[in-house]
Amino acid sequence: MKKRLYLGVDVGSVSTNLVVINEQGDVLEKLYLRSEGNPIKSVQKGLAHLGETIAKHTLLGVGVTGSGRQLIGRILGADLVKNEITAHGMAGLFTDPTVKTIIEIGGQDSKLILVRQGTVVDFAMNTVCAAGTGSFLDQQAGRLNISIGDFGAIALRSKYPVRIAGRCSVFAESDMIHKQQMGYPLEDIVAGLCEALVRNYLNNVGKGKEILPTALFQGGVAANAGIKAAFEKELGFAVKVPEHFEVMGALGAALLVRESKMENGEETSFRGLRLCEAEIAIDSFTCSDCPNHCEVVTVLIGQERISGWGDRCGKWQHLAKEATG
Amino acid sequence: MRVTFPHMGQLSIPVKALFEGLGHEVVVPPVTNKFTFELGSKYAPEFACLPFKINLGNFIEALEAGADTVVMGGGVGPCRFGYYAQVQREILQDLGYNFQLLLLDPPGAGTKELSKAIKLLAEAASPGRILSALRLAWVKTRLLDEGNRLYRMQAPYILPDNTVRQIYGDFLDQIDRENRVNRLLKIYSTFTVKINQLRKEVKPKPVLRVKIIGEIYMVLEPKVNFDLEDRLSELGVEAHRQISMSGWVEEHLFGVFFPHHAKRRKCLAKPYLSAFVGGHGQETVAETVDAGVNKYDGVIQVLPFTCMPEIVAQSVLPEISRDFALPILYLVLDEHSAEAGIHTRLEAFVDLMARKKRARDLRAKIM
Repeated sequence: MKKRLYLGVDVGSVSTNLVVINEQGDVLEKLYLRSEGNPIKSVQKGLAHLGETIAKHTLLGVGVTGSGRQLIGRILGADLVKNEITAHGMAGLFTDPTVKTIIEIGGQDSKLILVRQGTVVDFAMNTVCAAGTGSFLDQQAGRLNISIGDFGAIALRSKYPVRIAGRCSVFAESDMIHKQQMGYPLEDIVAGLCEALVRNYLNNVGKGKEILPTALFQGGVAANAGIKAAFEKELGFAVKVPEHFEVMGALGAALLVRESKMENGEETSFRGLRLCEAEIAIDSFTCSDCPNHCEVVTVLIGQERISGWGDRCGKWQHLAKEATG
Repeated sequence: MRVTFPHMGQLSIPVKALFEGLGHEVVVPPVTNKFTFELGSKYAPEFACLPFKINLGNFIEALEAGADTVVMGGGVGPCRFGYYAQVQREILQDLGYNFQLLLLDPPGAGTKELSKAIKLLAEAASPGRILSALRLAWVKTRLLDEGNRLYRMQAPYILPDNTVRQIYGDFLDQIDRENRVNRLLKIYSTFTVKINQLRKEVKPKPVLRVKIIGEIYMVLEPKVNFDLEDRLSELGVEAHRQISMSGWVEEHLFGVFFPHHAKRRKCLAKPYLSAFVGGHGQETVAETVDAGVNKYDGVIQVLPFTCMPEIVAQSVLPEISRDFALPILYLVLDEHSAEAGIHTRLEAFVDLMARKKRARDLRAKIM
């Protein structure tokens, strides 16, 4: 029997994630790909992976989120383009309806989402500091010469974590080097770093917010058992890592598009699987049709100019509407 | 005298009319741009707030364009703005500019600087001319404020139809160019007719109501708040604000004749913040209470990084937010703020309010 499916895509700074769900919201397939500076390529790669499933069944809608959502949304012909806060909130609520706090730490930003009575009531994002996010942990693991995959396990071995200055990522690094030179064991330094980063998160992002259980910990960094343990120690209650923690943004986008399609019943504007093979190029130019001289960016799929933005008059944006109908 | 002054939203329109009416040549600083940010942050102290830096950038650009007299406002109370003009004068002098600075302190700060400034600005004009210049500037200020209010109420319904933007843009241009009061009134009434006509042609749709609060410069200047009001209009949100140019003039310069502003502020803020904390701190608290009482969908506080009065107010807001179940978004901005981050937060905040409203409507229906 043909299943009715929804696709969610999360185009982040570090990873590009794709999730396929059915009408009940169950995750049928998920992909976690490194963006490697070229989100278009990774989305094409992801689509090719999922091609078989999508071709066999009926795709009803595509939702896109993440920092690259505008660009990828236009290319895919997405039905819904949403910010990552709403997407993560949606996914967290769907995974655990009793959730009150969602802690999300991704490649370059971290968020805190507060949920009460089934709706998001407040949120915060890191503003001044990227300490504690995935990129920083990657860097430090590299410097300590351990694999990021082992980071959590090493931290959990520690009995006496050292205290590391966590207010600023640069100072955290120099303090870490200092502790290393003093001869502290590796696991105590790694565990100390985890605790410092959690303190930093709670002070910067969680400042003045009421963090209550049930708390979900999602985003790529949730794979790190050391950070999870440090959160539990600092908060004083257990923190849950959901099954699909690494692709919650994409799951949220899929759930959001499912919701909107169920309401309006419109057909999807997805451009189809031909995108996997297509030559996709980006072209930017200064439009000189009026004195505004807008920097217009347009996307070319094969020979077809499909979409534009950056214009104030809306002329190039309309191109997109005509093309997608 | 070739007079210049800092930008703040549409302020340049009435101020230009005023100084030209008094017989001076006016050098309006270039519209606040990338270079204004760069110049301002280069020469200002790091921890001065963003308005200070942008003012300074405006002055440098205007002095380069040939201005020789800088007119700057002053203030009283704990807000550091009260001392900005003096510090800016020192910085500009150190940079080697040859100019005089006229300080328009509000009457509460003493009248020495003020009377000197008024004397220099008004000496070339007859009393009749002074009166008509003041009247013209005041009419422009009022019409700009009213026009903005109408536009913010109706645009979210009419957008994405871009005609409404065009009509508003033309309105601003015409108010700037026209210097006869009766013509100005005509321009305004034509504008309202056009907007209301457009509104009648579109289907009604659900929109959210949000109140913008915070530090006056950050609230009024779209160049520093990432076009907050435009962005909200596009997202389908009615943006309301109590803070306006004319409101400031009425309360701070002619408070004796317009006592209702101060009364409103003190009354509303009293249960949460009874002291004057400088700047617009007490207004921020008062207007949040007003938003709660009048069942707004949310409140957005805009403040420059390191702003003292707004930080005091901010510490009170969570309590009001709890008492009225009122969502509040805090936007702390400076020259390092990134547009993408601000827009993501705004979009998420609008989603939050929309979902909350939907859940509430659903509950009401079931009941």
